[in-house]
Amino acid sequence: MSAPTIIPIVDNIMQKKSRSVRRDPQNAPTHDIREELFELEARGELIVQRVPEPYVEVQTKYGRTKKIPIGKTWHHKSCGQCGHIPGYTASIFWLHRQFGIDHIDPTDQTSCTGWNYYASGTSNPVAQLAVMSRNFAAAHQTGYYPLIHCGTSFGHYKECREEIVHHADYRAEVRRVLAKLGKPLVVPEEIVHYSEWVHVMRDRIAERQVVDFSDITATVHTACHYHKIVVEDAIYDPDIFGGQRTATVTATMQALGAEVPDYSTWFDCCGFGFRHVLVQRDFTRSFAVQRKIQVMKEEVDPDLVVTHDTGCVTTLDKSQFAAKAHDFKVGIPVLSDAQVAALAMGAHPFRVLQLHWHTSDWRPLMEKLGIDWEKYWDEFQEDLAAIRSGEKTLTWEDADAVVLGV
Amino acid sequence: MPEWTLGKVTNKYPDVPYEEKERLFLETKADPRYPGYIYGCYECGICVSACPSARFYDYSPRVIAQAMAREDVERFYEIMVEDICNCAQCFSCVRCPRQNNPGGLVTIIREMAVRNGVQEARDVLQGYTRVIYKVMLKGNQVSPDMLQPDFFPDWGPWVAGFKGNMKAWRQAIPVDTLRGVTDAAWRTDDETLRELYTIWFETGNIDIIQEVDEGLYDLLVDVMEEELEEWE
Repeated sequence: MSAPTIIPIVDNIMQKKSRSVRRDPQNAPTHDIREELFELEARGELIVQRVPEPYVEVQTKYGRTKKIPIGKTWHHKSCGQCGHIPGYTASIFWLHRQFGIDHIDPTDQTSCTGWNYYASGTSNPVAQLAVMSRNFAAAHQTGYYPLIHCGTSFGHYKECREEIVHHADYRAEVRRVLAKLGKPLVVPEEIVHYSEWVHVMRDRIAERQVVDFSDITATVHTACHYHKIVVEDAIYDPDIFGGQRTATVTATMQALGAEVPDYSTWFDCCGFGFRHVLVQRDFTRSFAVQRKIQVMKEEVDPDLVVTHDTGCVTTLDKSQFAAKAHDFKVGIPVLSDAQVAALAMGAHPFRVLQLHWHTSDWRPLMEKLGIDWEKYWDEFQEDLAAIRSGEKTLTWEDADAVVLGV
Repeated sequence: MPEWTLGKVTNKYPDVPYEEKERLFLETKADPRYPGYIYGCYECGICVSACPSARFYDYSPRVIAQAMAREDVERFYEIMVEDICNCAQCFSCVRCPRQNNPGGLVTIIREMAVRNGVQEARDVLQGYTRVIYKVMLKGNQVSPDMLQPDFFPDWGPWVAGFKGNMKAWRQAIPVDTLRGVTDAAWRTDDETLRELYTIWFETGNIDIIQEVDEGLYDLLVDVMEEELEEWE
């Protein structure tokens, strides 16, 4: 009897994903939702907010073109980022300030509330569409264009846009609710995720890079709600993983000089689970560690995991502590692309990146990058002492400066 | 011997009348999104291979797509009370070559279970109601003051550090809308929150909360109505 054939699963996956894919927009399997939006606008059913100039055109999954605005942006913040990993938000704004880009950080904004809807079902489509439309109407009122910080909100709003376009009953009901608020029904021409802005800014970011990433190996985790909900509306590039995986984040890391190897569970979810991450984390921890962190560690042993969503940073970062107690192969720092871009341009690791809110150990990464993190931690402790004594609060005046590589 | 149909035990929940199960199924099927989420199933299993929940639970998006496509009311009810809470809502299952969306079906079934006060849905959400309180009143799913060691013990000793340093650390954020805010993710205008409350009332969202937790509903209505009365 001959020995059983062992199928090299990882090699098979990687081989299949190495084939380059090019897509023709003329043969796209879906209608272009923007054309339908403009038709609805022509019938007076809604207002389409146009992408302001200047913008950069990128290719999405089926080869269509998407406009990404550079400036005049209204920042639709993420509750998970602002609440639990505030250096994520601070880094996005720091980048805008470095480039002198006109933007608004609004107080007339709620979260999308999609996290709750996916977690619990304690809402309904019209409520979700109304929350989205209220935020979009608030942005439209200012003349600034919504830039969505959260991957969940981005995916949720893409899906809400589909529902607005395809269900006249929903549109009528949302218009009725918005009329109570004195607001029109507004849908932006493009739903734009902040990481798409980072993507189109990556060469300008690299031009001002002061921290060398050429010795860094980074694995990328792409957020499910970025590329799995309304799959066509995510950036793809034939030169990035053969156009088989989204280019967002990977292209940014490559522009910064990092090596970004593929790994066999790239497509897998991080394990966030919406409800699970809050109240049933046995699932979240298991999946994050066994299907993502440990696989990355075994296959490519990266210095860093880079992702572009609230839930993914939180899940991959916070799940490693308990796994370490069980001797799983963990211990990789997890940052967002915005934090990495800000770090590369010399942002303060604590005043801007706010690394003290992260729990996986970022110190070895800092040391490999040649950053004397203790010096900056000491500076931050002085800030905290002054804050505690009531002498100051930390503002952009303290945080704007490029402190690394000078 | 149990009675079998298409590989499934029938009437696993005999205390619930068939008519009630059918009513819930038909309500699910009547959702405007439903026709776009199910087109039939090849049984190829691609959705299962991509599904994180299928790796850790006795859970299968393929079974959900199958049961819904063949309109198996008994199996649908089992899915509603046993399975839907396991879905991670990541939508990895939309790799389906038939363009089925099992995750989307779960979204609808969850909403139906909650809206109809199905006991199992209420049970699953028992530990979650403080999040509902936050999202309904503040428009944020999470806030810094939720970082409590009792709530996140598995995140390690740092959570106690977050809590202990919360006031100073939140003052040490350069973003104007975040600085010093601990009970919400960012500073939101009062008028914005009143508009949000109006949405909850006008869309019937608040009535859904009543099905989940009567006490929470009363509390939310009290706070929101008082705010809205002041506004008017």
